[in-house]
Amino acid sequence: MHEITFREAIREALFEEMKYDSNVFLVGESIGLRGGSYLVAKGLIDHFGEERVVSMPISESGFVGLGVGAALMETRPVVDLQFNDFLPLALDHIVNDAAKMRYMYGGKAKVPLVIRTFFGAGTNSGCSHSQSLEAWVVHCPGLKVVMPSTPADAKGLLKTAIRDNDPVVFFEHRLLYALKGNVPDEEYFIPMGKGEIKREGNDVTVVATAMMVHQALDAAEELKREEIEIEVIDPRTLLPLDSDLIIDSIKKTNRLLIVHEACKTGGIGAEIAAIAAKEAIGYLDAPIERLCAPDTPVPFSPALEKHYIPKKDDIVAVVRKMIF
Amino acid sequence: MLDDKFEIQHDLTESDLLALYSQLCLTREFEMRVAKLYSQKGLPENPHLCVGEEAIGIGSCYGLREDDFVLPSLRGRSVFLAKGVSPSTLMAGIYGKHTGPSKGKYPSHHMGDLKKGVLAGSLIIGSQFPLAAGAGFAFKLKKTNQVCLCYFGDGASNRGDFHEGINISAILNLPVIFICNNNGYAIDMQVEKAMSIKDIALRGQSYGIPGITIDGNNVLEVYQTVKKAVKRAREGEGPSLIECKTYRLRPHCERYPESRPKDEIDFWWGRCPVKNFKIYLSNKKILTESLDQKICEKVKDEIDLAVKFAEDSQFPEPSEIYEDVYENGTIKDGRLCMK
Repeated sequence: MHEITFREAIREALFEEMKYDSNVFLVGESIGLRGGSYLVAKGLIDHFGEERVVSMPISESGFVGLGVGAALMETRPVVDLQFNDFLPLALDHIVNDAAKMRYMYGGKAKVPLVIRTFFGAGTNSGCSHSQSLEAWVVHCPGLKVVMPSTPADAKGLLKTAIRDNDPVVFFEHRLLYALKGNVPDEEYFIPMGKGEIKREGNDVTVVATAMMVHQALDAAEELKREEIEIEVIDPRTLLPLDSDLIIDSIKKTNRLLIVHEACKTGGIGAEIAAIAAKEAIGYLDAPIERLCAPDTPVPFSPALEKHYIPKKDDIVAVVRKMIF
Repeated sequence: MLDDKFEIQHDLTESDLLALYSQLCLTREFEMRVAKLYSQKGLPENPHLCVGEEAIGIGSCYGLREDDFVLPSLRGRSVFLAKGVSPSTLMAGIYGKHTGPSKGKYPSHHMGDLKKGVLAGSLIIGSQFPLAAGAGFAFKLKKTNQVCLCYFGDGASNRGDFHEGINISAILNLPVIFICNNNGYAIDMQVEKAMSIKDIALRGQSYGIPGITIDGNNVLEVYQTVKKAVKRAREGEGPSLIECKTYRLRPHCERYPESRPKDEIDFWWGRCPVKNFKIYLSNKKILTESLDQKICEKVKDEIDLAVKFAEDSQFPEPSEIYEDVYENGTIKDGRLCMK
């Protein structure tokens, strides 16, 4: 094991896959010298050159579409979209091209494309630089959607995503980039559709994503003092979703809380709640709870933004309510 | 009567010229048969015919290598046929049959077949520019010397992706040739009202690439112009923009009534690319009346066979809805599950 940041874990995955396969290349705004907005790909241009680490003009639709075309031609593009708030600019190529090509060719084409994008509030960046838009792409058959919460998961899942022959949208929470964690020294891959229990417990199942996993783990520490043990599950991939892991946990705890930073209506929490209601209704001793951002734009001022994002104290309060 | 401009310096043999003529006739026969079938009994696919624009696809593809790629617009039948997609497959696609290009999953007028060098277009007008740039990027990365021809209409040239796709191709010197079928209308929006320039080729200047306007109804001019652009692209000198002035001789699609003036349509029937090439070949004594009859009978037989093939083919099974969505993963109970 070695301890690295979430940012370095992604860089390691990119480095290893670019070394392994000369058809892997990176495109994105400022990807070359700077390594993207958050310096994730910094230094890769020194190893792989300008032909494979290609800075792009401000043309999100253009270079995501380029990724689709290149992926059809037996390459493995990794496109850095930067802010997930740019998704609407490129969504035509993601939804109408990447996701549907295999179907359009009757199974005789593949689009091994990865779109990396960062998301999330907490940096006072304003409403079109802070959203969590994963539900938009989860609603699109043909895509896979990944959202890791630790350095080890980020590395193992990105390597899997790059070798996957279906298009993957890979969400990175910007506040996780500096998070440190242990990563195996040997090569490893984490499969799509396999969630992980981040902390075991018998009282409430808490399904959380990205930053919210860490808020839930902090909440677990506090609740432990009250002898309440929550089980924290990180699905890690949202499409496909490891519903078996969640259902099995509910059968043990008889309670379900879902926590995500995206706004409530139509969020992934609604899908998880619907699956739980269908497959585990007889096991539930309390109504399913969702803790999400409200259905508002992300506010700018620190005074507003801190109240917008779900946090540890909110999780503690909801869990207490569910138990008593 | 042909005007003098039809006379183009070219490097084609008599048998090349006859091959071009046969392909033009095959496309025309295919399209007119589809129009007839559609009006007689309806077809699952709403035909977007390329009648009047056949010379652009046929002429542009003629000098290509087999491993070169094309990304046709929504009126791409001549391109498909020129790239060697069989009329039977195309016809089965129009009928929504299992033997069509996508096994019934996708309208065949935007079909793709990677083995034949045909990229599928999405049904979103003007989304093809960045994808063609991507194909060109892959060719450059792998140093294969392939090129990609990207077709579009005058309407698509007003999309933002036109700008983004061509600009990226230009800055990276990608081997892509952008070929515009300027048929004067985006459905019923006249090109003069949709842009304030006379020639779309002018837009090439914005990207520092060659832009040229040619007669899209002259198969020889299309062939020679595209050939030059392809050579340039193969030599690493980057993309070109070729605007082919033309006119569609059918409505936007067969489900829409005709909205354009009759005298305008009649004028362009006088400039029909198939008929004019026939006159050219006859004047040159390359095409005799009997040879023409033979070619026409041959293409008619080929389309008869295609229709029979399509009508005799099976529809896909309902369970096939769930196939070809993911390589690794299945749809169970309506949701994606890993195998």
